[in-house]
Amino acid sequence: MRSHLQWLGAALLAAWVGPACAALSVFATVPEWGALAEELGGDKVRIYTATNALQDPHHVEAKPSLIARARGADLVVATGAELEIGWLPLVLQQAGNPKVAPGKPGYFEAAAFVTLLDKPTRLDRAEGDIHAAGDPHIQTDPRNFARVAAPLSARLAELDPENAAWYQSRYKAFSERWNAAIANWEKQAAPLKGTPIVVQHKAFTYLIAWIGLKEVATLEPKPGVEPTTTHLSEVLATLQRTPAKMVLRAAYQSDRASQWIAERTKIAAVTLPFTVGGDDGARDLYGLFDDTIGRLLKGAQ
Amino acid sequence: MSNSLWASGALALTLLTPNLGVAATDADLAEIRDQIRQLKESYEARIQALEQRLKEAEARTAPAPPATAAAPPAPQPPAPVAPVAAGATGIAVFNPAVSAVLQGTYHNFSQDPNQYALSGFAPSGDIAPGKRGFSLGESELALSANVDDKFYGNLIVSLTPENTLSVEEAYGLYTGAGNGLAPKFGRFYSGLGYLNDQHQHAWDFVDAPLVYQAFLGGQYDVDGVQLKWLAPTDEFLEFGGELGSGEGFPGTSRNKNGVGSGIVYVHTGGDIGTSNSWRAGLSYLQTRAQNRDYAQTDIHGNDAQVGFSGSSKLAVADFVWKYAPNGNAQDTNFKLQAEYFWRRERGDFTYDRDGSLGFMNTSNYGARQSGFYVQGVYQFMPAWRVGARYDYLIPGTVDYGSNSAYLVNPSFHPQRSTVMVDWTPSEFSRFRLQYAQARLREGVTDNEFFLQYILTLGAHGAHKY
Repeated sequence: MRSHLQWLGAALLAAWVGPACAALSVFATVPEWGALAEELGGDKVRIYTATNALQDPHHVEAKPSLIARARGADLVVATGAELEIGWLPLVLQQAGNPKVAPGKPGYFEAAAFVTLLDKPTRLDRAEGDIHAAGDPHIQTDPRNFARVAAPLSARLAELDPENAAWYQSRYKAFSERWNAAIANWEKQAAPLKGTPIVVQHKAFTYLIAWIGLKEVATLEPKPGVEPTTTHLSEVLATLQRTPAKMVLRAAYQSDRASQWIAERTKIAAVTLPFTVGGDDGARDLYGLFDDTIGRLLKGAQ
Repeated sequence: MSNSLWASGALALTLLTPNLGVAATDADLAEIRDQIRQLKESYEARIQALEQRLKEAEARTAPAPPATAAAPPAPQPPAPVAPVAAGATGIAVFNPAVSAVLQGTYHNFSQDPNQYALSGFAPSGDIAPGKRGFSLGESELALSANVDDKFYGNLIVSLTPENTLSVEEAYGLYTGAGNGLAPKFGRFYSGLGYLNDQHQHAWDFVDAPLVYQAFLGGQYDVDGVQLKWLAPTDEFLEFGGELGSGEGFPGTSRNKNGVGSGIVYVHTGGDIGTSNSWRAGLSYLQTRAQNRDYAQTDIHGNDAQVGFSGSSKLAVADFVWKYAPNGNAQDTNFKLQAEYFWRRERGDFTYDRDGSLGFMNTSNYGARQSGFYVQGVYQFMPAWRVGARYDYLIPGTVDYGSNSAYLVNPSFHPQRSTVMVDWTPSEFSRFRLQYAQARLREGVTDNEFFLQYILTLGAHGAHKY
């Protein structure tokens, strides 16, 4: 009987300690940070991505599966800037894991390391679904990954000091390859500079700033408010005065509004992957921008 | 900044030279002054250099120039980012998150709502569907914030249309426990069942399911302590226990030390593919009632005052399944939810407690009753949802003992069918039209129309699953 109890105790202890001894467990709120953690951590990190590219990141539910995964996480990598405000606080509160509470080393917000654009001048819900800190969709500019990668790599090393050298060498390799890729994408995207475009949701602020596109109109009357026929007619009138080359939407959004505009103005409706996994081409971070630039070039023809 | 650095430098110097005040000659003093001047100059130069580097770093992180230059050669410790919003100063920066919910309804009932009753069930609490015509619903005011590094506090008060105030929840949460433990204390909605710990404005229908009305008097609020433990597994598995005063229906206030009610539950859930998620649970509540009095019509048609004293045990099975294509609930989604309640009560039953019928009798009492509801809500396009709900109560078997000479348990099964459509223009507003056909008493059918608005203002809340 006693030996049974000992075995049981040992088994329970193993179950308790086991997962913690393995790889560093990373809970990424959106696919892009999961992909970046993968680049920086390789097989030293175990990544769980809470949402997929076809999910509207503004409207995520605090599902049981998310709570269970946050319970065992060593590091939560979030975008911040209120993107996850509707679900992450609840998930973290229910997970009973103070390691990953905001302010602790186990909680990382990418937006803190990027200069946010489009900070609203008027904080009022009458302006729609606005984010007080600025536009949180920072993953549409590859330079932002370079900015986030350094502190994220440092955070991985802080939480897993045994493998600090590994994270540093992964970071170095990523940084070199990524910067070369950025230079290449910038070369490819050069002809797109100044191209007038329409966006469905204000989701591409950073992409537009990076490539130098010109945003002529937005299909949503206010951020996060579904396009109305009245507003679409106004957009149509705007486009007759200042024509655009294409209308952009993120893969997770319904195509109704952009198709409506595309049919009437005979411009291309371009669906961008928006994040890793948004389409077949965007398998990883490199694929995300290869595919994005490719689709933009095709749409601009 | 340079001043404070300079001051601390001088202070350090003072501390490091304890002989300063002992035997200082003029030459010594001049020398020290000279050293201090050199130190000051050197610090100022270094600070200027640092400020220059900071400016350069800021310029690099700005979006305009290419980031290729921005990437440092090796991971640097994260630069501190100014977290405090400009303009927020003074004591107000620590204000809790504040939000308010405004609600109102228009009711149209074919039956008198003052006669509202569930045949075979006698819950106390406010279960009536409100008055006819226009009425203000409950307005809710919520404050929440971290108390300190260990506790989080939440206060939710409800302002009733009768201009009274009630505390719905007021609890502290110990956030530092870790290991999946979340101890809560104060007043809170019990984690029993699925719908119980959701606030009324988050429900998919205007009113509570009949089982909640019949077995919990609406919603079960606990004054006490709660401990939840989330198992360290990738699948969601949560155990919870609560000890409370037991004053809420089906218990009563008993003027007694110790614990008045106990609740245990287990919840599990997860995802099936990317489109489906679910949660299921089993809960058990045990409490006691003392002189739980109510009016009941006896077999002679008299309005008798009766009372129950004894133990009340309630078991609940709950299940919810949500479907959203690719996990994206924004355009279309579907939610199916069902709960089954069983109750067993045993104790003493007193007939004609106030003696108005000139006779009083106490006997043994035993009852087994149950009921369920099932509901589905379908969002068929952004902002628009339709829903249907079916409620059914089983008065079960009631043994009145020797009181069966005066009382009989009705065999009628109360039931209700409800449909609704709601429009949610944003996360913060919702308008709902609901129709219910309720047969809650034998031979009486009530056609109930509801028109409801729910407006949320202030801090962005997060909805429970």
